[in-house]
Amino acid sequence: MPADIHTVSPTPDAAPVVLEARNLVKTYGHVTALDGVDFELRAGEILAVVGDNGAGKSTLIKALTGALHPTSGEILLDGKPIHFKGPLDARHAGIETVYQDLAVAPALDIASNLFLGREIRCRGILGSVFRRLDKKRMREEAQRAMTDLKFRLPSITNAVEALSGGQRQGVAVARAALFARKLVIMDEPTAALGVRETGQVLELIRSIRDRGLPVVLISHNMPNVFELADRIHIMRLGRRAAVVTPKSHSMNDVVAIMTGAATA
Amino acid sequence: MTASTVSPPQASPGLASRILGTPSAGPFLVLIAFCVIFTVTNPRFLATHNISIILQQTIIVGTLAIGQTLVILTAGIDLAVGAICVLGTIVAGKMVNLGYDPVLSMGFAVLLCSLAGLAAGSLISGLRLPPFIVTLGILGILTAALRLISEGGAFAVRDPFLGWTGNTVRASGFVLTYGVLIMLALYAITWYLLNQTKWGRHVYAIGNNPEAARLVGIPVRRHLLSVYLLAGFIYGIAAWLALGRIPNADPNALQTANLDSITAVVIGGTSLFGGRGGLIGTLIGALIVGVLRNGLTLAGIDPLWQDLVTGILVIIAVAFDQISRRKR
Repeated sequence: MPADIHTVSPTPDAAPVVLEARNLVKTYGHVTALDGVDFELRAGEILAVVGDNGAGKSTLIKALTGALHPTSGEILLDGKPIHFKGPLDARHAGIETVYQDLAVAPALDIASNLFLGREIRCRGILGSVFRRLDKKRMREEAQRAMTDLKFRLPSITNAVEALSGGQRQGVAVARAALFARKLVIMDEPTAALGVRETGQVLELIRSIRDRGLPVVLISHNMPNVFELADRIHIMRLGRRAAVVTPKSHSMNDVVAIMTGAATA
Repeated sequence: MTASTVSPPQASPGLASRILGTPSAGPFLVLIAFCVIFTVTNPRFLATHNISIILQQTIIVGTLAIGQTLVILTAGIDLAVGAICVLGTIVAGKMVNLGYDPVLSMGFAVLLCSLAGLAAGSLISGLRLPPFIVTLGILGILTAALRLISEGGAFAVRDPFLGWTGNTVRASGFVLTYGVLIMLALYAITWYLLNQTKWGRHVYAIGNNPEAARLVGIPVRRHLLSVYLLAGFIYGIAAWLALGRIPNADPNALQTANLDSITAVVIGGTSLFGGRGGLIGTLIGALIVGVLRNGLTLAGIDPLWQDLVTGILVIIAVAFDQISRRKR
């Protein structure tokens, strides 16, 4: 059934679709993890993906980030079909992913963590022959990124281990925001955090959206989802059961759709 | 919400606290303290020729400790340092004594040492075996193989090129061997690699959080291979330095090199858990061991006390590491 029936979008429907999946199927032997799921992320929105355990959330996300190959179906980025061979492919295409566990190197400083794996070398012979890192430039760019995101941190030269859990996850989120050209996918980014720290990270996710990058947010936490999301993509039994908005539906409605007690 | 307010960058901390905050500050103070104590007990300690002797006695363990630092930074440990170095001395010595070109012999020996490092690295990164076990196995294999090759005994190696690193230069009263200069150059080059290049930063990242390193796209296994390969190469150079100090290839030499190099690394403040520490600390750590042995000898104290004091220092250093780790 066409998804638009359920879609009451606060972003104008004219907002272009950035990432789209059509009729994705993923089977493992006799087990069907994705049963023809559709997906669309529009420019400038936070799209929450919710669903019960085993509904296919993480399989969908893995397919979208190149971590697994769908059995059939197609994925389109900016309207063009794409085939990721692995997560690095997705990253080169401009899709960044933030994971639940804190993917930072604690003893390295904030700037080093932001640029980990994408270090900038000095210009000229120092960089090309002597492979010297341009630490000053990386620090400056890290500082600018943090200021842009309005993320309050102690000095950029502090080791990440000196930060709170929320600030550490903030560094991982900022890294994604700094390098994502198309969109950011967040897989349970606050699952390991306390209430106050969760607040810091949610704030950060919002400022990423406000800077124009669309965000896919996978979360179990309904209050967080309702606080942040522009639209909510509800998974059930390997399909998209509905797409709703926090304005049109209540938390109870969403839970009812997730569990199959109601349709949208 | 506090997260939404932009804070100005914090004022940079004062010079004193910055110096105390560097990881090698502790070891450096220990080194200074020992120097002061030994100078008070015996003024000859600070004489330039005595300092020269300390440096010359430090080169083998000091050089091996460079490779050991690299390995420990990746959260590994290398128990084959001494054995790989002895492999270098035996192979180079044997080849020269058989009449091969000395430069070729030394080059081949260094190549073999690098390959031994590469073999350890392959087993560790490819089969994901614990570094402790892999290098313990290589230690056993090499020790036995080298005794077989050399028929159990030491043999003299008299060749100007193999002994070249024992030549001396004099600078304002100091007598430095080329070996000392080569060791210092190796420290400088490896320090640059570790602190100023992407390669070094990835070594720290892998030791810190290998999963995070993988997620940001660092080829963790290949990187580990390069670390063990470079470590093996450095052990090969140490073999050349060893032949310059003592013109003798002995399959039973350097048996304490494993523990001594680990001691230097640990006293220098590098964490056995990986990802923390650095080469400046290791150089200081190697000097502490050298100063301690020399100072106690000058004071006429039984050499057994040297090992005892070194042992205590290692335990204190590891205790510091553990306790500061628990706080994090």
